[in-house]
Amino acid sequence: MKPGKGRSRGGGFWPPSGNGEREERRDEQAKECCTCTTPLTHQEEQAISDVIVARDLEKRFGDLIAVDHITFRVGEGEVFGFLGPNGAGKTTTMKMIQCVSPKTSGTLEVLGMDVDTRQREIKSRLGVVPQETNLDPDFSAYRNLLVYARYFGIPKREAERRAEELLAFMQLEEKRDVVIDKLSGGMKRRLIIARALINAPELLILDEPTIGLDPQARHLIWEKLRSLRAEGNTLVLTTHYLDEAERLCDRLVIMDHGKILVEGAPADLIREHAGSDVVEVEQTPAVLVCLDGLGLDYDLADGAIQVFTNRPHDVARELLEVCRHEAVTVRPATLEDVFLRLTGRSLRE
Amino acid sequence: MIDITERVRSVWRRNWDAFLRTYRVNFIPPFVEPVLYLLALGFGLGTYIESIDGIPYPVFIAPALVSVSVMYSSFFECTYSSFVRMYYQKTFDAVIATPVSIDEVIAGEMLWGATRGMIYATLMLPVLLLFGVVAMPSSLLLIPFAYLAGLLFASIAMCFTAITPSIDALNYPAFLFITPMFLFSGTFFPLDLLPEPIQYFALAVLPLTHVVSINRAITLPAFAPANLLNLAWIAVATALFFVLAIRLMKRRLIV
Repeated sequence: MKPGKGRSRGGGFWPPSGNGEREERRDEQAKECCTCTTPLTHQEEQAISDVIVARDLEKRFGDLIAVDHITFRVGEGEVFGFLGPNGAGKTTTMKMIQCVSPKTSGTLEVLGMDVDTRQREIKSRLGVVPQETNLDPDFSAYRNLLVYARYFGIPKREAERRAEELLAFMQLEEKRDVVIDKLSGGMKRRLIIARALINAPELLILDEPTIGLDPQARHLIWEKLRSLRAEGNTLVLTTHYLDEAERLCDRLVIMDHGKILVEGAPADLIREHAGSDVVEVEQTPAVLVCLDGLGLDYDLADGAIQVFTNRPHDVARELLEVCRHEAVTVRPATLEDVFLRLTGRSLRE
Repeated sequence: MIDITERVRSVWRRNWDAFLRTYRVNFIPPFVEPVLYLLALGFGLGTYIESIDGIPYPVFIAPALVSVSVMYSSFFECTYSSFVRMYYQKTFDAVIATPVSIDEVIAGEMLWGATRGMIYATLMLPVLLLFGVVAMPSSLLLIPFAYLAGLLFASIAMCFTAITPSIDALNYPAFLFITPMFLFSGTFFPLDLLPEPIQYFALAVLPLTHVVSINRAITLPAFAPANLLNLAWIAVATALFFVLAIRLMKRRLIV
């Protein structure tokens, strides 16, 4: 972290951990943290300084309301997720935070500064991983980082040092002098993350960081994001991938039609909106009648019946014994269940 | 209103770096073009034209060749090349996520377009000297003037880029604006051969007319008071289109 930046809590994305052992250890910590998911109490939340504060934030494009009066806060050191179907308003919200798209109404403060009046200051302290790959095809991986550093006014020597370190951190050293066209999708995404870290940002914004990547590439990116989080950095990300949100986010919101439907820690949201487990059975008239008889609530999904419950074994036994149905599956509820229950199953776009 | 700081240099510098990476390709046209035109028109066709207003034909067209080259390089840089960077490569999006403002991105592109015109004029100068068709040392003025003329064409180009729906639509200004200018701006024959209304039209709306006028005054050299009017026209038009380009681009890119 550069001196004089004010905020201290381990913040600043600098330097990245190049050391493999350290990373592993951090990762374990991160995993532990992931499973414990103790939600912050209200007082604790207040105590942590806010990196983003949005009140009644609105964005219109003509008649279309892309973001419909949303209110949220992101605390320092948090990984905060925006989930939602296509067209929910996630990317528009990101663009307002990045100060590249002006808001229509409401207030939005990033790092304590108003987005309308202090764009340059905010931008100089942000790292942005856009949804679209917009690396510079005229240059190699290394030159991409140097050219980008120049936009931040980082001196050449310093930029070269950071570029080398970031290539190492994102495991791209071997691709240092390769032009962008010759990189795989996963490598490009990693290079974009490296580029977003070049100015040692206090807040990293990632719009669909692993879109279109294979599982190996996604896991590597998650590992890197977790190690950034373990260092106390603040990350805001949007994603369609609910497993990604479940793994990475401390708190998240689910958006639809420009509104925030729910907000909370992934585990809490699952508990509140889906229950601990899901019991799935084939959808037949007999089972439906039987379930109605038992007085259980159920959802219809993809030709199956889903019962969201906190006592899966009882429900499964009842289905097996009373309804005499043989194919019963019990699985833990996931964020995807919450997402689909809240946003519906119909296709968007 | 217009938010430009020294950060504009980082945008210019990006294009300069990319230009140097492919310098071999970039440096060929300014050497080859004047040779071809001078051989074909100056010394080929020119054998039938003894002189224009007492000036040998190759000497008459030499400043026009520089003017046309500056026009092409600056105009095409800020139409097709800028459009590719903006629309296909998303370079502008990447840059405005940094403390560089959108105004600086567009200004940097136009200043680069002007630089490109100046580079071409600079590279052409020794070739023209070799043919003995431009006078020294006055012709050194071609170089700084190419920057101003380049900025004019780059600014006009950027206005078209800001309003074009697609890269194909950029063919319209290329064929309907640039090509007529190439032919009817006092380039290969004096403007006063044309009917009077067309002369006025050329002076009013074809920027190349003024550029050729000044370049010809530089290379002969033969400065006249009318050149000050040429210069004033260019200065005013450059300022107007420069500001207009930034405003149109902001309207396009900030949503």
